[in-house]
Order: sequence, then structure tokens, then C-alpha cells
Amino acid sequence: MIEIKDINKSFGDKQVLKGISAVFNQGMSNLIIGGSGSGKTTLLKCIVGLHEPEKGEVLYSNQNFTAMDFEQRIPIRKEIGMLFQNSALFDSMTVEENIIFPLNLFTEMSLSEKRDRANYCLDKVNLKNTNKLFPSELSGGMKKRVGIARAITMQPKYLFCDEPNSGLDPKTSIVIDELIKDITEENNITTVVVTHDMNSVMGIGDNILFLHNGEKWWQGSNKEIAHTDNPELNSFVFASKFMQAAKEKL
Amino acid sequence: MIFHHLGKYILLLQASFKKPEKFKVYWSEIMREMVSIGIGSLGIVCIISVFIGGVSTVQTAFQLVSNLIPRSIIGGITRDSAILEFSPTITSLVLAGRVGSSIASQIGTMRVTEQIDALEIMGVNAPGYLILPKIIGGVTMFPLLIILSICLSLFGGYIAGSASGAVSSNDFIIGLTTDFNPLFARIALIKALVFAFIITSVSAYQGYYTSGGALEVGQASTRGVVMSCIIILCADYLIAQLML
Ligand SMILES: Nc1ncnc2c1ncn2[C@@H]1O[C@H](COP(=O)(O)OP(=O)(O)OP(=O)(O)O)[C@@H](O)[C@H]1O
Ligand SMILES: [Mg+2]
Repeated sequence: MIEIKDINKSFGDKQVLKGISAVFNQGMSNLIIGGSGSGKTTLLKCIVGLHEPEKGEVLYSNQNFTAMDFEQRIPIRKEIGMLFQNSALFDSMTVEENIIFPLNLFTEMSLSEKRDRANYCLDKVNLKNTNKLFPSELSGGMKKRVGIARAITMQPKYLFCDEPNSGLDPKTSIVIDELIKDITEENNITTVVVTHDMNSVMGIGDNILFLHNGEKWWQGSNKEIAHTDNPELNSFVFASKFMQAAKEKL
Repeated sequence: MIFHHLGKYILLLQASFKKPEKFKVYWSEIMREMVSIGIGSLGIVCIISVFIGGVSTVQTAFQLVSNLIPRSIIGGITRDSAILEFSPTITSLVLAGRVGSSIASQIGTMRVTEQIDALEIMGVNAPGYLILPKIIGGVTMFPLLIILSICLSLFGGYIAGSASGAVSSNDFIIGLTTDFNPLFARIALIKALVFAFIITSVSAYQGYYTSGGALEVGQASTRGVVMSCIIILCADYLIAQLML
């Protein structure tokens, strides 16, 4: 479980996050949604400690992460897997080396065990036989999936994904959503996914946080989101004619 | 301003010298850097060293026109200036361009594409993993490169001396072998160590604190080279002052 309390973050004099509090529960997919530039990535980075919020706290299973220094954070960091919005693969390493990198540093596994683990993770994201390719030889969607594979190698307790299915075709996108959902439920981990993909919202959104201009505007589940009367959320969810038509049928 | 950077630089170095998470992984990184810095610089070091030696022989010969001075002295002057100044300093200035810019742009690119963030998220000590192997690689390879450079400048001097007729090969050899002061060699090696540390750490610092995009990476790399060169020259003066 991750709890955030009153997170405030500014860049220069621009306040990007305004007092956001929320609880992300274990064993379910927690979604952060919102328009482009609403502060989703910034919030995610505050949670994992890549940005230091000016005010507020982040608690991982009731341990105050914000108050810890680099050394103290390491044990929690080892339990975190993160997919970055633009993948952030190590471009001097092959796909396989990217995935086994954390295993090299933090485990005593033999090379064949590490290879097996890499193949297992690649298989999960529907990428086989790409082991020896370099990130520059992959498409954007493939990079995303390698990023997910790398995030899950260490069997994290906390999984963060920044737009896991942007740039993927609808079918692969659903595969990835299902994968995230399965991993979360099977291993009972805490997953936080940033997305603006409505399919994912409807598909896996157990707990949805809607950000609007850096504020927490709405929170609920995918069952409630269709019936909300919040105007900003409504115009976000039912932006397309297709979704409006679908709503009228509901 | 200067103290702000100095402080940040020292803190970064401090973080780089923390105990590695796993020695084996660092070891292979160190080997990789040694190859990239050492083997990768061989070509340029050979070329500049031979020319430095040749030019300093010819120019020294030109300046020593008096018949009262034995021609063999040219060999001695070439040797001393190569060991003391030309090989360590000029080679390092050139390597600041080659090694420094590649370190700054590599680390800078990793910063702006969030690869450093990815390392940090995994619980890896990013400065240690990225910077320490480069410093060790530089500090071990530079002295070897400088020794090579000294030998090649003497060789260049020998060739240029006899080819131009400025000094006969016999005189040159006599000059090389008389009155050798071992302190000079010690100074050359100390310079090599210090300059290697400056180049690798300063350009790593510039790369590590890049923010923005490709444009800023380019700027960081230029800054890394310029700063390394300036600091090398200051350190050069200091070492000369302190040790001679
Ligand atoms: N490092 C930074 N420096 C300055 N401003 C920043 C920085 N990072 C983000 N911002 C600003 O913060 C705001 C929120 O950015 P953020 O990346 O969190 O948006 P987002 O919700 O993830 O958008 P998207 O869906 O397009 O990824 C933006 O207006 C952006 O300009
Ligand atoms: Mg974003």
C-alpha cells in the first residue's frame, strides 16, 4: 500500500501539483488519469522520489519514504519497478542486458537463470527473439514493452507504469493491460498506472484518480466513472463522439 | 557561483566513491572504460606525439645556431621538454577533447533520456556506477598513454633531426642519454594521473547535471572539454611550481 499526503510540487513559480492526497491499495490497479500536462508524470516521479515535493509525504507500507535519505531508500527502491513514459532503456545494452541488469547487480543468479528470467519476462510482454537487439533497433511500442519487462524482472512489490500503452496497437495494448492486472493480482502488489487510454480505464481501473490542473479532481472506480456528473471528468472521459454514443446507450 | 559548482562537484565525487553494490559489475565496466580510453586513444596519441617530437627537435635546432654549443644538446632539450611538458600536457589537452567530450555526452544523454533516473529507481548508486569506472579507467590508462607518447616524441625527434639534417642521429642519441633527471619522469607521471582525474571527473560532472535535451547535451560536452582544459593548465602550473 502506498499513501500520499498533501503533495505539492512546483517548477520555478509554476505550481504543478496542488495538495494531492490519495491511497493506492495493494492487489489492485490504481490509475492516474488526466489531460496532457495535468501533472501525472510529475506526481508519479514525486511518489518514487525522482522529484522531491516541497510539501507532503509519501508512505510505502507506512514507512515515510520522503523523510529517508538515499541509503535508507535503497531497500524500498529494490522493490520498485518502473516504466518511464519514454521507456528510458539503457541504450548501450541489448534488450537482454537491459532486463538482466538489475539481476546482475542485486542477485547471485547464474547466467542461465538470468537468461531464463529475461526470456520469461520478454515472453510476458509478447516479445520473443529480440534479446540481442539494441534499443535503437526497436520501435516505440517495442521499447515500451521492453521497459515493462525490465520493470518486472525483480518481481517488484510496487509497480509504476507511465503510459504503458501509448504507442501500442489496440490489441497489444489490451495484452499489456491484462499483464499489468495479472501481475498485480497474482503477486498482490501495489500498481500505479498513469494513462489517458480510455480502454485501460474501463478495463483495469479499480481505483482511478483524475487530475485536473494539478489538483485531485475526482477519485473512484471504473464502474462509477461512467455515471459521474463531474463536468471536467465527463468531458475527459467522453471526449470522442464514439464514447458519447456509447454513453447514451448505457 | 564557483563555490556552488565546486561544492556540487565534490558531493558528486563523494557519491561516486561509495562502496560498489557489486564488484563484478563494476569490474566489467572498468575494463570497458579502460579499453575505450586506452585503446581508443592510441591512434591520436601516436600521431600527435611523433609530430610534437619532430617539431620540437627542428625548432630547437633552429634556435641553437651558435657553434659553441654542441649539437647533442638538442637531443637533451627535446627529451626534457617532451617528458616535462609536451607529452603530458599536450596529449592530455587533446585527450580532453576526445575522452572528455565522449564522457560528458554519454552521461548527459543518459540524464536527458531518464536512464539515470532509471538507475536510481532500481536502487543503483548512479554516480558510482557511471563515474567511478571512468575515473579508474582514465587514471590507469593515462600514465601508460603518456609513457608511450614520450617514447614516440623522442622517436619523432630522432627521425626529424636526421631527416632535416638539423642534428645527426649520433648527436641526438648522445643528447638523449646524458644528464637524465629522473625527477622529470616522476613529474610526467604525476601530471598524467592528475590530468586523467580532471578530465574524467570534470566532464562527468558536466554530463551528470545536464538538463533539457539534445542541445543541452552538446553544450555540456563543450563545457566539459573547455573546463577540463582550463583546469589542466592551472594544475600544470601548480605541479611545475610545487615540484621543480
Ligand atoms: N522538469 C520540469 N521542469 C519544468 N517544468 C516541468 C518539468 N516537468 C514537468 N513540468 C511541467 O509540469 C507540468 C506537468 O507535466 P507532466 O509531465 O507531469 O504532465 P503529464 O500529465 O504527465 O502530461 P502527459 O500526459 O503529456 O505526459 C507541465 O506543464 C510541464 O510543463
Ligand atoms: Mg506524462
